[in-house]
This record gives sequence, C-alpha cells and structure tokens, in this order.
Amino acid sequence: MSSFQTTDLNQSNRRKESLVRILLGMVTLTLIIPVGIILVTLIAKSEGTFSWAFFSEFPRNSMTEGGIFPALVGTLWLVAVALLASVPFGVAAAIYLSEYAEDTALTRAINLAIINLAGVPSIVHALFGVGAFVLFFEFGTSILAASLTMAVMTLPVVIVATRESLQAVPQPFREACWNMGATRWQTIWRIVLPNSISGILTGVILEVSRTVGETAPIMFTGAALFLPFLPTSVYDQTMAMSLHLYVISTQVPDVPEGLPYGVALTLIAIVMILNSVSIGFRTYLRGKKKW
Amino acid sequence: MVKPATQVKKLEVRDLSIRYGDEIALHSADFDVYENEIFGIIGPANSGKTSFLRAINRMNEMTPGMNVTGMVKFDGIDVKSWRDVYALRSRIGVVFPLPVGLPLSIYDNVALSPRLSGVKSKSELDDIVERCLTRAALFDEVKDRLDSLGSLLSGGQQQRLTIARALSQSPELLLLDEFSIAVDPVTTMRIEDVLKELKKEVTIVLVSNLVAQARRLADRTAFFLGGELVEVGETEKLFRGNVQDSRTTDYLEGRFG
Repeated sequence: MSSFQTTDLNQSNRRKESLVRILLGMVTLTLIIPVGIILVTLIAKSEGTFSWAFFSEFPRNSMTEGGIFPALVGTLWLVAVALLASVPFGVAAAIYLSEYAEDTALTRAINLAIINLAGVPSIVHALFGVGAFVLFFEFGTSILAASLTMAVMTLPVVIVATRESLQAVPQPFREACWNMGATRWQTIWRIVLPNSISGILTGVILEVSRTVGETAPIMFTGAALFLPFLPTSVYDQTMAMSLHLYVISTQVPDVPEGLPYGVALTLIAIVMILNSVSIGFRTYLRGKKKW
Repeated sequence: MVKPATQVKKLEVRDLSIRYGDEIALHSADFDVYENEIFGIIGPANSGKTSFLRAINRMNEMTPGMNVTGMVKFDGIDVKSWRDVYALRSRIGVVFPLPVGLPLSIYDNVALSPRLSGVKSKSELDDIVERCLTRAALFDEVKDRLDSLGSLLSGGQQQRLTIARALSQSPELLLLDEFSIAVDPVTTMRIEDVLKELKKEVTIVLVSNLVAQARRLADRTAFFLGGELVEVGETEKLFRGNVQDSRTTDYLEGRFG
C-alpha cells in the first residue's frame, strides 16, 4: 500500500479549496459586469454620433447639434495644467516625507492631513477653489483656477503613490550609498528615484483619470457651459467634456439621444488613451527593473 | 605572530558608548587601531560590533534613535568634528554582511563613488573599475558583461562587487562586517587573500563571527561581549590562551556564544 493514501480529511480540504477558488473567482467576475454594461450601452446608443465633424466642430443650435471640439481642447488644457501643478508639488512632498522627514508629531500630523485631504468631497474642494484661487488670488474663473483646484484635490493621490513607491526601494541600497559618502540627494537622484519611477507614474495615471472626469471642482472655478472660442491662455475660461456632458444631459432640451452617449464614450476614451500611454511607459520602465 | 607594521594610530576609541533609546549597545570602550593592520572584532550577536562600525563613519546620524557618546578619532581627529561628513565617509569603505549590489550595471556600481567625487573622464573611470574589480578577484568573471546588472550577480559575486565598490573609494580604512556570511568557502578564501594584500595600503577592521577567520587574518583582535569590550590583544596570544579574562578563552574555544 502506498504511504500517500488519500484520507477523508485531505479530500474535504481539497473540496473546500476548489469551492473557495470558484467563489472568489465569481465575485471577481462580477466586478467587470458594470464596466461591460456601461461600455456596451454607450457604444450601442451613441451609434451614428461619431464623425470627423463631431470632434472638430463647435456645438451649434444651443448645443443640440455640432461637435465637441472646444470641450475636448478644454479638458486637455485642464488636465495638463493640473498635472503641471500637482506632480512637482506632490513628488517633492513625497520625497521629503519618505527620505528626509524624521518621525515626529509634525510629520505624523502632515501624513494624517494628506489622508484626510483625500477624503474631502469634491464639491468642498470646488468651494475652496472659488475662495482661494478665483477670489483670493484673483485668478478669476479660469483654467488656472480650475486646474489648481483639481491639483489640490488630487495631490494626496500623487503623494501617497509616490511615497509608497519610494519606500519600496530597499533600505540597504540607501545605506550602501550613504556609507560611500553620498548625500541624501545624490542617493535619491541616482538610486531611489530611478527605481521608483514606475510607481510614481501609477499615481499620475490615477490622477489623470480623476481629473478628466471631475465636474464639481471645475463648475464654479473655470469651466463654462458654452464658449464660441477656444482658450488662448490659462486665464481664459474653457469648456470641458465632463461639464458639457452634464449640461447636455440635464440642462438643454431637445438634445438628440445619441449625443450625450457619444460625449460620454469620448470621455471614457480620453481616459483610456491617456492611461494606456502611461501604462505602456510604466511597463517599459518595469521591464528595466533592477533587483 | 605579526606585529603591526607601524604603531601609528589610525583609530583611537575613547570611552565610546552607544545607545539605542534606553538600550546600551556598547559600553565605554577604549582601544586603538593601528595603521596597516587588520583589526579583528569578535563576539556573539548583539555585542555592539556593528554599532561600533556605524559610529566610526557617523552613520548613527542616519539612524533614528542611535546615540553615541565618547569619541572615535580618525587620523587623530574626532570624527564628530569633521565638518564634511561626506568626505569622512568617502575615505572609509564599508562591506556589509549581506551583499548589496546596487541596481546599476556592474560598471556603474564600481564607478559610482568616483563619480560622486567628481571623476568624469571615461578612461579614468575605466581604469578604476578594472583595477578595483581585479583586486576584488571578480574582474575575470565579469569583464565581458560589465553592462549587466550588479544586482543579478550571484551572492558571492555580489559580495566581491561590494568590495570592489568599497575599494573604488580609495579608502584609508576598510570596515568589513561579517563579509563572509553569504559567501561560499572558496570565495571567502580568495577574498581573505585579497585582504592580506590590501593590508599594505589600507587599515582594515574586520568584524567576524568566525573565530577561525579572525585567527587567520587579524593581527590584533578585540572581544566584545554584550556591549562590553572584554579585551584587546594580539590575536595569536589570545588564541594561545594568553588572556586577561577567562571569558575570552571560553568564547574562542566555543564554550559559549
């Protein structure tokens, strides 16, 4: 007789194992159902909306006809300016918190503040933006004010993602550099940052997705319902995809049914395109990961 | 056996105490390390050996909670009064128990320290890299793949890379912290031969948990026990039983620790 007999206990463990596996797998599958439904619905209902004119023309006839060109351009403006503001600040703050700051009551308070900042509802950020950027700094309702508002809102994402990826770089690497006589900054620049850049990009990806879709923070700070011209500087107001979608879905009568779906699908496509560019870049960097 | 080549004091340790919070890692140690000797430090875990090494190049300043009192003089000057701590550290090479191949190419691992101190010329860097890798007995194994990652070498090779990196600093003092833990015996012997050669130019402090290794290499040896410096003496004398404290013989003969 073999010494590896199957006992009853073994069998019951194996049954449990496959049951758990199936259960967890099914729960995971349900997660993609809403995504699938949304995409299928959008594609089906927006049929016939897309044409070159849809992307290249201004809206006409109280936004019931024409294209989304100014909203598309405006969203790119908003995202770009928000990134320019939040990435340098966020990465710098994360480097300080991870590499320089000692564990004191102050740094713990700052960390707590960052987490709380992430939990503040976007409408509150919007009102903060009105008070701070539109009125106090006198940027007026402008791309600058709207983007800064979104930058403040997404700062915690950038900081937390960056800090986590900096801390994933093994401590012995730092110690080895310090022992050689490298300063903290030399160590960060030559060893820590090159090996955490892919994680930092993840934070940026998350930020982009959120910035593209946000409506509340830009409503009062810089986005306009309709403008017959494109913004020429950060001090101009602009149209934006998210607000445009909100407006034609709820505020404008007699909009053809396909239009809002087309705008929504485009919005999602922008997010996906921007994300896949960053994901591609990140994959490239990860391929070069060095330990 | 071997008398130190000179009696010039490279390190003077005076009433050195190291604490982590309330815990004492080293209590009031006094001894000297002479130029061009291999100075062995033996003792069981938690006896303050590594802490002592960290106090020499002021790594305590990078370690939250580590508190050093008393003094270590390097070339007659208290390390605490060195204004440029980075210059101090660049004159002291350190090798850790576990090899640290930085996530750079083999070449860049060795060229890092010269670059930090401002060497830019490619031919000069080439020279340094080849010389240090050769001295660390690694060059022949890696000369065809200097561009591949240092962190992907085997453990023993990485440790020799770490030694090459330490040598690239042209150090006056080399601190070796149980360097052979992750290295096979053959490689250990090759590195030991390298160290015997190096002694002509460099002062070496060798922390080892292998008493036989200390006997093979060290001119003089200090025995640390539980944060106390039990005694310092010529290695061979200690092993012959010529000790001031019977605990030393007990440890050397493996009766505890």
